[in-house]
Amino acid sequence: MADDTAVHEEGAPAEETDAAADPTPEPETVHGAPVTRSRGQRVLHPQRSELPALVRALRDDDGYLMCLDVTAVDYLAYEGDRHLPDGVDPERFEVVVILLSHAARERLRIRVQVPETDATCPSLFEVHPGTEAMEREVFDMFGIRFDGHPDLTRILMPEDWEGHPLRKDESVGQIPVQFKAPQDAR
Amino acid sequence: MTTVEHDPIAQTSEGAQEMGPRSSADAAELLRELGATLRMSEAEAAELINEGPSEDQTMIINMGPQHPSTHGVLRLMLELEGETVLRTKPIVGYLHTGMEKTGENLTFLQGPTNVTRMDYASPLFSELAFSLTTEKLLGIDEDIPLRAQWIRMLMTELNRITSHLLFLATNGMDIGAVSMMLYGWRDREEGLRVLEAITGLRMNHNYIRPGGVAADLPDGWRDKVLGFVDSVPQSLEEYDVLLTGQPIYRERLQGVGVITAQEAIALGATGPILRSTGVAWDLRRDLPYLRYEDVEFDVVVGTYGDCFDRYAIRLNEIRESIRIVHQILDQLPPGDYRIQDKKVTPPPRARIDESMEALIHHFKIFTEGFKVPEGEAYCAVESPRGELGCYIVSDGSSKPYRMHVRGPSFVNLQTLPHMIRGGLIADAVAVISSVDPIMGEVDR
Repeated sequence: MADDTAVHEEGAPAEETDAAADPTPEPETVHGAPVTRSRGQRVLHPQRSELPALVRALRDDDGYLMCLDVTAVDYLAYEGDRHLPDGVDPERFEVVVILLSHAARERLRIRVQVPETDATCPSLFEVHPGTEAMEREVFDMFGIRFDGHPDLTRILMPEDWEGHPLRKDESVGQIPVQFKAPQDAR
Repeated sequence: MTTVEHDPIAQTSEGAQEMGPRSSADAAELLRELGATLRMSEAEAAELINEGPSEDQTMIINMGPQHPSTHGVLRLMLELEGETVLRTKPIVGYLHTGMEKTGENLTFLQGPTNVTRMDYASPLFSELAFSLTTEKLLGIDEDIPLRAQWIRMLMTELNRITSHLLFLATNGMDIGAVSMMLYGWRDREEGLRVLEAITGLRMNHNYIRPGGVAADLPDGWRDKVLGFVDSVPQSLEEYDVLLTGQPIYRERLQGVGVITAQEAIALGATGPILRSTGVAWDLRRDLPYLRYEDVEFDVVVGTYGDCFDRYAIRLNEIRESIRIVHQILDQLPPGDYRIQDKKVTPPPRARIDESMEALIHHFKIFTEGFKVPEGEAYCAVESPRGELGCYIVSDGSSKPYRMHVRGPSFVNLQTLPHMIRGGLIADAVAVISSVDPIMGEVDR
């Protein structure tokens, strides 16, 4: 008995010191998605398949009525720290969704990892019809397909364009130089 | 999650961007082109594929990209039955110059030169959004000198006046009030002269930069600004006589292009379009940046969400901007016009003549740029067209790893099918005009 209590007494303070070292022992989550902070702004990191359900829950329960922006980042050449929470594996592409709550006067950012081998993401069109043009732009620029989008075509580039310009392995375009130095310049 | 089979060819060949005949559209696509995403279900739209007017009763025509009322190179495909517009699809991209890609190859100091060319009617707002985001990444957003913040406010409010004057001019022109076009351009030009006197350029100023502004206000700026803002109210009275109370003008705008608050929010519309529906949402008041907490102004809202409300909102926002400018003139503090952080700010010009180190410092900042810590940030400002946001990812180098601008015009264009649907083709012109899209910002 005495031994048992001793173990308990030792165990309890050890937990407290752990908690003191880490101010958030229980990772903060919103509708099951881990939360990080970036420069004072809240960022959610849901799994790809959970994105529409999360955005819908945020719209219906938390007042994030407006989807301001859908964009993407190609992290192919990025060497720094991605600032992802535990349990979220970095992938090449990242779809970034920015939501706005008028009542709370707050923006919320959602970062979704999209692998290179299966560059698809569920569309938010059903939840926020206003994402239609932005998802087309992401598809156009990054080649990420949005499942459930009503009309996924290129929006800014010509429809016969090959490649997706904002990918990091697409080079910056150049116009062939039309001038030549004179052959026998003196 | 179910895996979706993708045709490898489909990665590059996406099919037409154009609007096809009704029979070739599927229900969800039709729903959107009808501008009825919120008004009817997909099942109801599916019925319309078969039950709508047959193809020999309707006609699909192109409006633009070369059409005087499309404000540049906007192309609309309209399905008409007689003179009634059944479906609309905006087709954009004719002005795409890859500015986001360009932005990845310019340093943070060169960035404003690039983004200022996006929204060419209100260039200072793009510069401001870019600079605020860069400052947030640098962690110096709390340290920007007060005078710099007030100068930024002064310049953006002057720019808002010129941008709204341009709207009044083109709106009048589209509706047929050509004299309004002349008056609007004339008064805008007066504003551009003030901007030119302060920044050196009429447009594409590159004046607001990370860390502050490019130069302090020049001698005699106060008289020039006062001369401009004191002349505008009288012009606005003239516009009221010319347009606001004029029966023809009201008939063309009232009840045309109606959008509800619910639709505007669902479609992500911001700025005067959202405010015309009665939603009092203005970032200057609701998510204040710079020193907007220290000035008094009203957020102008409409009631009906029609073209006339959007006209009246912009007209009265000019009055509010003048109110803000007067308060700025009273409260503008002395001090630095840019942050004295040697990592970001080049040395003063006079020091370069006497100090080798200052010359090297100057040279390094303008060739290599300054390094911005890793991370990502989003900042937005209330441009004359709505929420103008900038999202930057930095990898610790002196160039943005990714720079994205949320152009309000780009998102606002999605409201066009909703507002044009069921109206006459002549009203479509009024609706496009009331959205006030700037194609440089749409296509970027």
